[in-house]
Amino acid sequence: MNDERKLCLSGKGLTKVFGLGRQKTVAVDHVDFAFHEGEIISIVGESGSGKTTLAKMLLGLIGETEGEVYFQGVKRDIGSQKKKQNYWKQIQAIFQDPFSSYNIFHKIDEVLLDCIRMRGGGKLPHAKKVEMMTEACSFVNLKFEELTNKYPFELSGGQQQRLMIARIFLLKPKILLADEPTSMIDACSRATILDFLMQLRDEIGMTLIFITHDIGLAYYVSDTVYIMEKGKFVESGSADEVILNPQQPYTRRLLNDVPKIHEEWDLSTV
Amino acid sequence: MGKVMLEVRELTTKYITRFNEDIYAVDHVSLKVEEGKSLGIAGESGCGKSTLALSLMGYYFPPLYYTSGDIIINERNISGMDPDEVRKSILGKEIAYIPQAAMNALNPTQKVINFVEDVIHAHEPTATKKDIYDMARQRFEILGLPAEVLQKYSVELSGGMKQRTVIAISVILGPKVLIADEPSSALDVTSQKMVIKMLRDLMDRGMIKSMIFITHELPLLYNVTDDIMVMYAGQMVEHATAEQAVFDPLHPYARGLMGSIIVPESGLRGHKLAAIPGVPPNLKKPPSGCRFAERCKYVTPTCRAVSVNMREAANDREYRCIFAEQELREMYKNE
Repeated sequence: MNDERKLCLSGKGLTKVFGLGRQKTVAVDHVDFAFHEGEIISIVGESGSGKTTLAKMLLGLIGETEGEVYFQGVKRDIGSQKKKQNYWKQIQAIFQDPFSSYNIFHKIDEVLLDCIRMRGGGKLPHAKKVEMMTEACSFVNLKFEELTNKYPFELSGGQQQRLMIARIFLLKPKILLADEPTSMIDACSRATILDFLMQLRDEIGMTLIFITHDIGLAYYVSDTVYIMEKGKFVESGSADEVILNPQQPYTRRLLNDVPKIHEEWDLSTV
Repeated sequence: MGKVMLEVRELTTKYITRFNEDIYAVDHVSLKVEEGKSLGIAGESGCGKSTLALSLMGYYFPPLYYTSGDIIINERNISGMDPDEVRKSILGKEIAYIPQAAMNALNPTQKVINFVEDVIHAHEPTATKKDIYDMARQRFEILGLPAEVLQKYSVELSGGMKQRTVIAISVILGPKVLIADEPSSALDVTSQKMVIKMLRDLMDRGMIKSMIFITHELPLLYNVTDDIMVMYAGQMVEHATAEQAVFDPLHPYARGLMGSIIVPESGLRGHKLAAIPGVPPNLKKPPSGCRFAERCKYVTPTCRAVSVNMREAANDREYRCIFAEQELREMYKNE
């Protein structure tokens, strides 16, 4: 791997165990990784392979049982609420279900103003704030004039997910973690959402981490792919290497299970 | 040409909102499915795919109403039939329907065998428990489900297993048409493959005579069905064989849809996904001209003014556009 690039987020022996004694479940089992700045990474695995648990640990939403996370080469410290908030200025997330990602009592203006405040723009004049919000909305092809004074649930799923991206545009985090960002959206809006995420990456130069079970999506978007099975990374490398020339039987099986259009889909192997 | 199992002519159905507005979610749709064939229906969310599935069964409940058109199943016209009559003599025997969240249809307090008994008793009240059990076991084993499943409660089964159990139960009477509405969308890729394999098996063994498969995932449709129909805003916009619809679509919308396919094959990373800008029209007040005009790259003033009908093209295909096949191909070539 190219070591000249700056390290953004890395982990050593990261482990999460749920339960105790006989009930013990090792969800994430001693994983090591190194994500670089501006890189697009995909973590691919089946349901129950520990993808989302790993994502939550990276976000600092749940504590790790063992191992360490390093942010920009320094050990991450999120001991207090204040430190956590500071960390979240650097790392943000888009979740699978846009319908349950918003506080239903907050209007769209409030959602976006929150982001401006978090970036320390709380004291800016109102006109400036509106300008920033309009810019963010137009980035994702939404019209702020049509959204103002509305609630997020009045929008369609695709629009809500785009509003999420507008939030990220205002926050300009170092890392964006997208947990199945397109799995609840139909194929046509999917292309739009992915497009905006890519543009955003180019615009503010952030690191993008995709968590997905769709190996096709992983191949399309990412530079580096990590394949996760039962809490462990079984294979990793550049997207072309892993997808076009898989070494592990698990990766081959995942690839085999996805319908394709230029090759025959072998149904006899289930 | 095989025997026609399901024929639909100019079917129109509507929803009535609480403000008494009519929304024509299925607008003059015609289709035909022959014995041993399967038809796929594609389109984005809200284009009327699922409403079409409900309408095909002839099973109407408010706010969905039948307006006009014919549904002919196995030479029997069921359009306008009383819902109770439909339930007794059509569902299960002639048509079986699998909704997306079919796995949630199993009552957690009942064993799987009880559902099978229910289905068979509704149509053959004289069948004995032992006969039903033997038949169910045999069926389940053919379809690759272990016989123990019959004695289990639904909560003891995994998501993919539940979905396959529901499919096995719903086709136990050998329906002429199976309508599968996104049967695998809620499952992960491995379970999805098992469900697809099961549907293929059902077709190959003649347990169902024909199938309509609804999904927005095109690679899946391409692999499962013989023909593909694309819907947009309640109307059919393209109808062709799977091969033609995926690799050589004629309608600009179908073309946009095919451009958004993501599959893990070499060559994918090179090309940019085609995103269709804009949103579908509000069906409360559908535009008078072509419904896709607002989002179409090749729109002309005529498109907005005149409504377009389906027109026929070479190789038995149909599409809905004012441009002739040759003109469309020219335009696509210059892209």
